[in-house]
Amino acid sequence: MNSLLLIAILLVLSSVGYAFGQRRARVVSGGHPSTLHSRPQYYGLYVALWCGIPSLLLMAAWLIIEPHVAEWLLVSNLPADAQQLSPDRLSLLVNDIENLASGNIVSREVDPVLQAAADGYKAVRQIGNAAMAAAAISLAVLGLAFARRRIAPSLRARNLVERTVSVLMILASTIAILTTIGIVLSLAFEAWRFFARVPITEFLFGLSWSPQTALREDQVGSSGAFGAVPLFAGTLMITFIAMCVAVPIGLFSAIYMSEYASPKIRATVKPMLEILAGVPTVVYGFFAALTVAPFIRNSGEAIGLDVSSESALAAGAVMGIMIIPFVSSLSDDVMNAVPRSLRDGAYALGATRSETIKQVVFPAALPGIVGSVLLAMSRAIGETMIVVMAAGLAANLTANPLEAVTTVTVQIVTLLVGDQEFDSAKTLAAFALGLLLFAVTLALNVVALHVVRRYREKYD
Amino acid sequence: MEAVLESEAPRGALRNTAKMTARGVSVYYGDTKALKDVDLDIGENQVTSLIGPSGCGKSTFLRCLNRMNDVIDICRVEGDITLDDIDIYRSGLDVVQLRARVGMVFQKPNPFPKSIYDNIAYGPRLHGIAESKAELDDIVELSLTKAGLWDEVKDRLLGPGTGLSGGQQQRLCIARAIAVNPEVILMDEPCSALDPIATAKIEELIDELRQNFTIVIVTHSMQQAARVSQRTAFFHLGVLVEVGETEQLFTNPRDERTQGYITGRFG
Repeated sequence: MNSLLLIAILLVLSSVGYAFGQRRARVVSGGHPSTLHSRPQYYGLYVALWCGIPSLLLMAAWLIIEPHVAEWLLVSNLPADAQQLSPDRLSLLVNDIENLASGNIVSREVDPVLQAAADGYKAVRQIGNAAMAAAAISLAVLGLAFARRRIAPSLRARNLVERTVSVLMILASTIAILTTIGIVLSLAFEAWRFFARVPITEFLFGLSWSPQTALREDQVGSSGAFGAVPLFAGTLMITFIAMCVAVPIGLFSAIYMSEYASPKIRATVKPMLEILAGVPTVVYGFFAALTVAPFIRNSGEAIGLDVSSESALAAGAVMGIMIIPFVSSLSDDVMNAVPRSLRDGAYALGATRSETIKQVVFPAALPGIVGSVLLAMSRAIGETMIVVMAAGLAANLTANPLEAVTTVTVQIVTLLVGDQEFDSAKTLAAFALGLLLFAVTLALNVVALHVVRRYREKYD
Repeated sequence: MEAVLESEAPRGALRNTAKMTARGVSVYYGDTKALKDVDLDIGENQVTSLIGPSGCGKSTFLRCLNRMNDVIDICRVEGDITLDDIDIYRSGLDVVQLRARVGMVFQKPNPFPKSIYDNIAYGPRLHGIAESKAELDDIVELSLTKAGLWDEVKDRLLGPGTGLSGGQQQRLCIARAIAVNPEVILMDEPCSALDPIATAKIEELIDELRQNFTIVIVTHSMQQAARVSQRTAFFHLGVLVEVGETEQLFTNPRDERTQGYITGRFG
């Protein structure tokens, strides 16, 4: 039976259970629901949970275990000579049989033995699925009946339901944490394979980046270099330029919006600024590559500077404009949240508006402002499209913002675009870069949190 | 001018010891008239209390005295208010200077999220009162001593002001107001967020501060008005109903609305 259909049936059963439980509670109370410990809805939910959760758990467990059981049965039913095969070849054979059973393409001649094994496998799975469906449905019905019988005015249905719900919430938050761990682990394993090919010291401290691996010894340009320093230098420079643009503009507009602008102006200006955050990064990329970069090059030439047509300055400046709303909107919100009483206190001591903002509002809002800057910064570090289009791919190690540089994210993209073999150092380097980028942003966050906690001025 | 005052002195006028005077003061919030034509004098080195039911305009009047109403966009003030015979609403008057001379303490203690020391030093630094660090230290100690808080906080001057108890916070705010050495201190229900013991301490403090400062206090507690003030003004529905010596007003009110309020018939 189809799993989706089974889930639907279980859900229907649960809602039936809800109705049953609610009615049963009314009956048990003898027409006076106030004599019940909990409201009738909770008895309904209680029955529904008993009906749904055990059967869904059974189903989940089955979906995890079943393929293994079926495969074990399949292998034990194979002829003896097949069972003597090496594990690798056996698993190939098993794969073929499974493919044959599900009607996919098979990589070898189909002989009667194979066909028999496939048929057997198919039958086992069908029987298994049918048995599981029957078991799940009967478990649901049993749970329904059991819970319904337990309904009595003294049953603390609300407490039980709430406890179940809180367990569900814990599970939900665990999933988020586990996903993060999973991402880190998947990066870490691939990076590990990369470091088996390229020494970690070369990766961390090498000053040149030219990711290629030779197919033959005598190939032209066969020497690859995997020093990540130029990439991180490029990333930091572009991020720095972006922050130089975004932080002052963002903070000044936030201060204007929260302290000086009339409510009417604020209501218009704020959404307009936020539009900036909604522009697709590709469009910013056009803008940077076709408008800003040539402009910078031309003005550089006008004052006798040698500017390359793809420059860090162009990419950084446009990226800075992109992240202005992160700084301005969030900072504006936190400054608005500073209590009026604090401002009044400063005004009453004879502080002017600007003194109040500098000495009272701003320090009180600092943790939120730092948070907004950090958010903008992680956005800038992770940004790819603008840099691909406007800053170029050349991994120059330079401190000159007028030259082309490249960033970590851009290199990850170029390493993974197109057909790639997943065991060459070139491809695996992408994972090592990803891991290092992750570590850097994590470290930045930790440092910033520490700074905020140290210098925060708590109000209320 | 003097002659006019002598002959037809408004009800709220004091003969010769007025530190601040208000004549014909009306306040509008948008189209609503919150305060109607108030005449009231504030006596020097006296405690003047403003009482009345909620929404009667007493806090509004208080906030006119140091132009705190300027902060509210829709608020408009008419009439004349003087401090030492200078009109505080005349154009070109520096509000910053005014507020340095007329300090304020609020209903809810609002220490800045800074250290106790910085809270007190904030005003003096703002107005460049102290020449040196030592002088600033002296001002901080003196203000805290005057506010009766020095012994409790002298060992943790660098600790956060928000870490103090509610009553201590309010005394910190009073010390902060004193530190700029104002002439008048306005207090807007300074004890309404405090327990009885903290309230008693603040009332004691107000009585001591009277030596050096002119104090105007808005209060909801008539006992408090009776305990701390020499002169009491009763507001009702935006009108100054009656003003007089505190003892006279509470024992022998002239207006029956005052009578009704202080005997608890409304409000």
